[in-house]
Amino acid sequence: MKDVLKSYRFREEREADWRKLDLILMRAENSGVKALSDEDMTALPRLYRQAVSSLSVARSISLDQNVVTYLESLCTRAYFFVYGARSTIGERMAQFLRTDWSQAVSGAVLSTILSALFLFGGAALAFFLCMQDMEWYWTINGQGGFEGRNPDATAEYLRSTIYTDPGSTGEGELSAFAGFLFNNNAQIALFAFALGFAFGIPTAWLLVYNGVMLGSIYAVFWSKGLGYEFTGWLMIHGVTELFAIVLAGAGGFVVGGAVAFPGRMTRMASARNAGRKAATIAMGCVLMLICAAILEGFGRQLINSDTVRYAVAATTLVLWFGYFYLPRRPRTP
Amino acid sequence: MTVPATPQVPAASIEAARRRRERMAEEMRQSKMVRTLVTPEGAAIRLKLATAAERAGAFMIDVAIQWVIVLVALFGLSFGIGAMGGGRAANIAVAFWFVFFFFVRNFYYIFFELGAKAATPGKRALGLRVAARDGGRLTANAVLARNFTREIEVGLPLQFLMMGAGQVNAWMALLGLVWSGIFLFFPVFNKDKMRVGDLIAGTWVIRAPKAQLMGDISHSVAKSESASRFAFTPEQADAYGIHELHVLEDVLRQSTPQIKADVATRIRGKIGWTMTTGETDIAFLEAYYAALRKRLEQRMLLGDRKTDKYDVRR
Repeated sequence: MKDVLKSYRFREEREADWRKLDLILMRAENSGVKALSDEDMTALPRLYRQAVSSLSVARSISLDQNVVTYLESLCTRAYFFVYGARSTIGERMAQFLRTDWSQAVSGAVLSTILSALFLFGGAALAFFLCMQDMEWYWTINGQGGFEGRNPDATAEYLRSTIYTDPGSTGEGELSAFAGFLFNNNAQIALFAFALGFAFGIPTAWLLVYNGVMLGSIYAVFWSKGLGYEFTGWLMIHGVTELFAIVLAGAGGFVVGGAVAFPGRMTRMASARNAGRKAATIAMGCVLMLICAAILEGFGRQLINSDTVRYAVAATTLVLWFGYFYLPRRPRTP
Repeated sequence: MTVPATPQVPAASIEAARRRRERMAEEMRQSKMVRTLVTPEGAAIRLKLATAAERAGAFMIDVAIQWVIVLVALFGLSFGIGAMGGGRAANIAVAFWFVFFFFVRNFYYIFFELGAKAATPGKRALGLRVAARDGGRLTANAVLARNFTREIEVGLPLQFLMMGAGQVNAWMALLGLVWSGIFLFFPVFNKDKMRVGDLIAGTWVIRAPKAQLMGDISHSVAKSESASRFAFTPEQADAYGIHELHVLEDVLRQSTPQIKADVATRIRGKIGWTMTTGETDIAFLEAYYAALRKRLEQRMLLGDRKTDKYDVRR
């Protein structure tokens, strides 16, 4: 066998190991890390290092295109597997609930305050405008919407929308509505986060817009002397829901601020760091909105006492604040 | 590197030089899509970025799959409601439907990209995957961030488009469409082909197709008995360069007998090889491939890469 090329001999000596690595990767990609035996796991780092060094050598001595392409693809796959995240979805979720979420939220206090100012500022503005002149209500909300909860409605009708008579209207209908509202609110929350990229300006607009709608309806109930009752009706789930919207806006401002004022980092690096942090907040908002939808769909229909409604609202407020802002003891690993 | 142009160059070599320039321009263009990742072991892995067109294709496949999921669930649900006889259960089913719709819309991508393959079915079909731009691990946060922005990149332009259908504020809609179009076409206008979501999350999408290891052509020659029949002189083995060797490899691995016969005739003409009796085109091509590769690899070991047949420095 005098005619054998050096590059062929090189390949012949290592081919079995490449194929073994290929097989392990295929098994891991198709059925997860758990499908690998202990031998596979111990062999993997050695096989990976060997494949990587084979690639460097092959590039400099072999002109067999197929071998170089194959090794490149093999090494890329192996690299992502060896240095990829190995934790399961369950572990990641536990980590998220235990530390990541509250850390991200408590690290964005200034943005949260800013976001709350926009939302409640918009609400206060609309409230006072409407209290002076109810015509503003029509300017803000147009003619339709809110199932007749407008300045022309009677106090009796408005009162009837706040309380559910047992057996009169199907409670199920309201749970369908809660599902619809969740879909809507969660999408708005994600929008508020994503629009932060445009320096946070559309996020601010979105917050003010939602605040203004809230404030105008509030004014309708207030002017009919139903302020106290309406607050209970709104806040039993509203504490959670509005908090979620505020936090989503805060996530948007975190990103917007990082893009606009990167400080010492490059704009790209700054956007990346902020984006990952803010995405955690946005994910949390979706969870909060699920809680809000459950409170709205079931809690609000079943509880018709104002006092209990206020109690639930206060409890959720305390729970959320405690969860986000109370200092935690660092876990010793 | 290039042949110095002399006044009386024949037309054929001008044509050859033009083709060579074109090939190099194409290589330059391709290399713009390649990023080098240095692993902790110090080896360089070349990552090829996915083009905007590939990304769009993968996205279309994913959207189609999402629609199938949504429609199947809708049919199943309405069938279930019919069986239960409507009423209260129907309303809860509708509530469930809204939540389900939201999760399919937003978490379909997240679910798949958190998996071991870091790719949605659409990306997998086109051999793409998501990777962290700094070469580190792809965290869950990054996957969330890159997918939560998807709505403004695709949903927002669509909304403005539909707004334009109503006459009321067509100008506003147009303005919005242009503005949101910036998000939609963002990947086309940056060299890393990043979406806004990729930028925020610090990720990019790369091509990671699986390649098959095929047999070594030079070895199949060495094994066959007819090897002794082909003895090329050093001049004959020097007639071509690395580019032609790779083209020849492609021809041998994946082309029709007709093309192989044509190529064999061209090579025989170029190196002045007289066909002996009983010599097949494939045997000739394989033998010449082996001889050429041997010669070029020898030269490469001495630090002399002959890039193509026009590369005649000594």
